Amino acid sequence: MTEPKIAGTSVPRLDGPAKVMGRAKYAVDLDIPGAAHGVAVRADRAHARIVEIDASEAEALPGVLAVVTAETVAPIDVRFGHISRDHPALAFDKVRYAGEPVALVVAETRRAAEKGARLVRIRYEDLPAVIDAEEALADGAPLVHDVHPGRTGDEGFHGTTADALEGNLCAANLLEWGDLDAAFAAADVVVEGEYRYPILYGYAMEPYNATALFEEGSLTVYTTAQHPYMVRDDLALMFSLPLARVRVVVPYVGGGYGTKSYTKVEPLAALGAYATGRPVRVALSVEEAIYTTRADSAVIRARSAFTSDGTLLARDFDIVMNSGAYSDNSPLVCAKFAARTFGPYRMDALRVRCRSAFTNTTPASSLRGFGAPQGNLGGELQMDEAADKLGIDARELRLRNVVKPGEEILKGKRGIDADLAADLELLTESLGWGEREGVGFGLAASDAGAHPTSTAIVRIHGDGSASCAIGATELGQGSRTVMSQILADGLGLPLEKVAIVQSDTGVVAYERTTGASRTTTLNGRSLLAACDDARRKIRELAAEFATEIEDAPGGIEADGAFMSYGEVIRKWFGSGGEVVGSAAIRKHGDFEKLPPFWEIGASGVAVSVDEETGRVTVEQLTTVGDVGFAINPTLVHGQDLGAATMTLGAALSEELVYDGTTLSNPNVVEYRVPRAGDMPKKIDQILAERRDGLGPFGAKGGGEGAGNPIGAAVAAAVGRLLGRYPTELPLTPERVWRLIQEVNAGEKEKEVVRG
Amino acid sequence: MRVTGTINGQAATLEIEPSTLLLDLLRDLGYTGAKPSCEMEVCGACTVQLDGLPVSACTTLAIELDGRTVETVEGLANAETDLHPVQQAFLKESAFQCGFCTPGMIMSAKALLEANPSPSRDEVVHWLEGSICRCTGYEPIVDAVLEAAEVIRND
Repeated sequence: MTEPKIAGTSVPRLDGPAKVMGRAKYAVDLDIPGAAHGVAVRADRAHARIVEIDASEAEALPGVLAVVTAETVAPIDVRFGHISRDHPALAFDKVRYAGEPVALVVAETRRAAEKGARLVRIRYEDLPAVIDAEEALADGAPLVHDVHPGRTGDEGFHGTTADALEGNLCAANLLEWGDLDAAFAAADVVVEGEYRYPILYGYAMEPYNATALFEEGSLTVYTTAQHPYMVRDDLALMFSLPLARVRVVVPYVGGGYGTKSYTKVEPLAALGAYATGRPVRVALSVEEAIYTTRADSAVIRARSAFTSDGTLLARDFDIVMNSGAYSDNSPLVCAKFAARTFGPYRMDALRVRCRSAFTNTTPASSLRGFGAPQGNLGGELQMDEAADKLGIDARELRLRNVVKPGEEILKGKRGIDADLAADLELLTESLGWGEREGVGFGLAASDAGAHPTSTAIVRIHGDGSASCAIGATELGQGSRTVMSQILADGLGLPLEKVAIVQSDTGVVAYERTTGASRTTTLNGRSLLAACDDARRKIRELAAEFATEIEDAPGGIEADGAFMSYGEVIRKWFGSGGEVVGSAAIRKHGDFEKLPPFWEIGASGVAVSVDEETGRVTVEQLTTVGDVGFAINPTLVHGQDLGAATMTLGAALSEELVYDGTTLSNPNVVEYRVPRAGDMPKKIDQILAERRDGLGPFGAKGGGEGAGNPIGAAVAAAVGRLLGRYPTELPLTPERVWRLIQEVNAGEKEKEVVRG
Repeated sequence: MRVTGTINGQAATLEIEPSTLLLDLLRDLGYTGAKPSCEMEVCGACTVQLDGLPVSACTTLAIELDGRTVETVEGLANAETDLHPVQQAFLKESAFQCGFCTPGMIMSAKALLEANPSPSRDEVVHWLEGSICRCTGYEPIVDAVLEAAEVIRND
């Protein structure tokens, strides 16, 4: 690999001009000629048998083309799901959560479809519902699925347990090693606690939407999906089409953060198109988006055992996730949750029992760092509690136990590819730890990257310029820019001579997913390998007319004289022509051991609390971006600040609340995401570049890491000010105020070292 | 009903249903810079200027256009070489990621600078409370608005 020239510099975003001019097209902006509009009829109750759907009145409405139900499209099986095919695009037999789509009204205009949707009469027979996850796992709970859904068996979702699933158990994972009982018996200090992480809604600002059409025996879908190839696979299965005859196209996406991972609204649009023969567009409102996907909430019971000198002996976690009505990605979240809870520390014994429960609530799935922000709350907050109990500084306690570079966190997995102790020093120095009050910080290491299947195609054109066609989606993270930088360096070309095409399964090379911070590392590596393949082919062409051939930037040295790629191509073809390079990486070689990289979180805050109102103000935020090598430092900062801000929302204000069996705040007025005024007063962003990743030039992924420790860090910082650690997020003014009253009333249970 | 107004400097006479929202009208006319999101006038993604004032097009009736002037982000520049100082500052500060909030954010910032050419940092932050961004954490956006203010003042 040559040394980077363009990678490593903060070149401006390629998508910038289009985005600031309002010209960037998102799926919701597309105007597909002849498209009809689909609006879903949604269940108004959490759990009920569907007795009858009367669509006659809706069908009679002028402009209505069809009222689509699971029955009207039979024998098509409307269920989908990448881990468990348990999710009907349109509910049949019964509804499992309030807000679930039961029918789709397709009409000439959106207004007619909305009107029609109000006229569809559904007769239900109510069933007892279960909303709370622990109640769902108790004996005698109403069953969300009468028959436990099986698994698709996709090997990519390694680590998810499929055995022994029954009742409302959606997934279960057990991680354990060492003699736990002996370790706790030998401990000098044990800390115990119960922690609660709220139900979150990612609020990607472009709500889910898709337009589908059938033509020439193929299905084409324009959509907001992060993983177009996985959506393709689900649709091919649903409509019994060859993969080659399903094309999923993703233009610019208005925010993803994991919420647009996997199949969401695409089957609805496709079923509408199938039923009517028309292109059909389904564009959800924010309220409907909330009924489509939210993140897994969790209760975490934890205990940790230490010797008096601060050596961590053992940790024991019992986690229950509320995963909603369908599996979606929760089984993988469950596996990751287990792996991301106990922290990057060495210990002789560990037990993590993580259970994901079906409930009659909106299906849960991925959201930035999935499992990590939740698990970290228990894991890291308990390090702070232990430090106080032991009388050891909280930074020092972590330094004594944190794994060294190369050391394993998970048995048999890749050793840690980061220097966490050094990151922690940078972090605490920036925060003024020990010199000011109200500081909290933490570490996280996530087994990121997902299954390392990635491919890339590079074309070198007749004028020596080059383009690539890759499956990674531009979600705002900046992959267009970063991958272009890698392409330019891979071929020794200036940025002005490269171009990129993304996220169209009819055109680009296969990419398994865009998530888990994988694009730079995995698609970056497959792209560099495709550049090498294209260069090899250029040398092969040149061998027809030269004997001494060596690679040179932008071309070759052929018998001592420079020839650009274009000159080689034109000479070989005589007229026109191009060279195509391709490459694939898989779980093999460098990537045999999983994860492909560890995603590091080293973040913290300094806060103040208004004791009158309970309002928490973030005085400072510090992120340490341990990304190996920042291919575009400005974009890394952007990812880190964005991730940290998102978790600040979870820490301070965001929570979906069920009032009985329905959501009480399915809108962005009552579900409060961070606004400009919530910005930390001071922001310090540090990059730690040690070239210790497997990605291009030593890079590894970022984008989730900075957010993962923030929830626990905020709780620790608030706890240090109040004299008592909060254990439940978000720390709304009310919750903090109550905590203050409890502490003032002398109900102080835990000794917290102030400062 | 018949409505006569000006959109991005061009006179327009339109036949519209009284219940049509300004956002839908603009987007149907091809001005898709204004984005649909919260539909409750809180996220700011659909912000346009109506007679210079920033409004949420998602909760403004299209008939409000009658006798008035609306400007959308598409009205700010015809070419990449011709960007408004606010647009230039957003590029320079990398003040966007997914870009979905960006047109509304830019229109809101432009309206602020027209009303107050020398806002303090706190004033910019307060003004931007009306626009949500889920990607950036706001800091680069505030920097961009302050930078644009300086460029405009020195122009």
